[in-house]
Amino acid sequence: MVATLKPGQGPLDYASRLWLKILFGVIYVMLYIPIITLIAFSFNTDKRGVVWRGFTLDNYVKAWNNDALIEAMTNSLMIAFIATIFATVIGAMVALMLWRFKFPFKGSYEAFMGLPIVIPEICMGVALLLFFNFSGMMTAVIAMPWPLNLANIIIAHIAFCFPFVTVVVRSRLVGFNRQLEEASKDLGATEWQTFWNVIVPFMMPGLIAGALLAFTLSLDDFVITFFTSGPETVTFPVKVYSLVRRGVSPEINAASTVLIAITVVATIIAMKLQAPEKSGH
Amino acid sequence: MDNWKDYKKVFWILAAPGTFWLLLFFVIPLAFLFIMSFGGKAIVNGEVSITDYAYFTGFENYLRSVEPLYLQIMWKSIWISALATILCLVTAYPIAFGICFAPARWKPILLLLVVLPFWINLLIRTYALIAVFRTQGYVNLTLSVVGLGPYEMLYNDFAVIFGLVYVYMPFMVLPLYATIERLDKSFLEASLDLGATQFTTFKNVTIPLTMPGIITGVILVFIPCLGSFLTPALLGGANAIMIGNVIERQFKAANDWPFGAAISFMLMFATFAALMIRAFVAKRSAGVDV
Repeated sequence: MVATLKPGQGPLDYASRLWLKILFGVIYVMLYIPIITLIAFSFNTDKRGVVWRGFTLDNYVKAWNNDALIEAMTNSLMIAFIATIFATVIGAMVALMLWRFKFPFKGSYEAFMGLPIVIPEICMGVALLLFFNFSGMMTAVIAMPWPLNLANIIIAHIAFCFPFVTVVVRSRLVGFNRQLEEASKDLGATEWQTFWNVIVPFMMPGLIAGALLAFTLSLDDFVITFFTSGPETVTFPVKVYSLVRRGVSPEINAASTVLIAITVVATIIAMKLQAPEKSGH
Repeated sequence: MDNWKDYKKVFWILAAPGTFWLLLFFVIPLAFLFIMSFGGKAIVNGEVSITDYAYFTGFENYLRSVEPLYLQIMWKSIWISALATILCLVTAYPIAFGICFAPARWKPILLLLVVLPFWINLLIRTYALIAVFRTQGYVNLTLSVVGLGPYEMLYNDFAVIFGLVYVYMPFMVLPLYATIERLDKSFLEASLDLGATQFTTFKNVTIPLTMPGIITGVILVFIPCLGSFLTPALLGGANAIMIGNVIERQFKAANDWPFGAAISFMLMFATFAALMIRAFVAKRSAGVDV
């Protein structure tokens, strides 16, 4: 084995091995080719989207003028926006509670909070479908004006998003030095002032990262929305699903590219905020 | 950590919304599903009703779910998920290994590049795969240049497996990366110094020491694969049905909710079994867990 090493190459210097480099290249290319072609062909003039015929923004104009697609996109953004606010607040409260207190059956409670994360999405989707139907919420909500007619989907999204926020915020809180809290109280601050002026600012990167995570999870969700939306309400993933079943079209490419841009930007911001050097130690 | 009894008010204010939400919109719906799984369609005026259900009619939905037809689908879902998981492991291991030994300035960017597709909508990624592999897709177009094809690459089991590997790879890379990164590299040096070949070192040192990461990754990929619905629905066509699609059919087209509920619970039992295996193994290798 050693005989095959080049001069200056150590036995553990795997990164400089050619076979590993080639393998890396192949896998990364495989990961990105579909996404890059999807984005590239959203700018293609060819209707069938097979051969590159020239650059155009027509597909974006067409997607913009497609009322059904815009309605679905507006619904999705509205759902994600409201669900994110609720999920962030609820998730952060649970995180604070788990971080600050010890109480009986804490382990079981944590496992319970993790259930929506581990349970198959489709099971949660059909369970909520049953619940909304039998509680009468499905019919009650359909008659309401926008955006209240999205209430069921929003409720479902909050339920599967906030446990993720809890995980993110709690991992941030672990790094908190509780002497800061004591110092604040020693200097005469009330419990509430300490919370608002000391703990919340410290939590902030975790809160923003958690909120962005909830936003992308909600925006991306297909399975649970598919089951909890009534026949009248359409979200973007549900709309794309029905379009994809009929075939490939450059309009979907254009709309998908917009969604990819939104999620990638949100993710990169969230990752920057979670990076250790920004955590204020 | 404070005792909850010393700050009862704060404790309850913090605990109430989350607990309430999860009880009302998660536990109660699951209870509905559980009750439904023992029910059946009600008989109204001597006819089978479409909208009304009778409760506690017995175990016939569960008995039906273990009929050969559904057992076969269950079995197929398991082996498709298992194969996808193994392929994920085989591709993700060298990736995770490579990232750990890459120059420090390359690590974050390489890791980000693996994780980024995970954030892109599952549906969009599956759609992107369709565009690449369909009969007028780019792969067939490339093949036609050398005079081959076109081949039908979509709408079969292999397309589903490929789709699952493509979609869930990041779940495998991350836990593997975490364990390999923490692996004490001097063990590898010691093994190589003592005359073991690279292969022996990998087989007898690296693999056993990174086993917790392997197991976490395997479970993290296997569970969503088993419950997947979108990938087989879009890439699998009519003949590549998995459990998720059977459930969807019962709740939408076939309109047999009690049976769909029973199959959902079978899927959940399978998921919990997988999680228990993971917990069991984690306990045995306590301390090196991810």
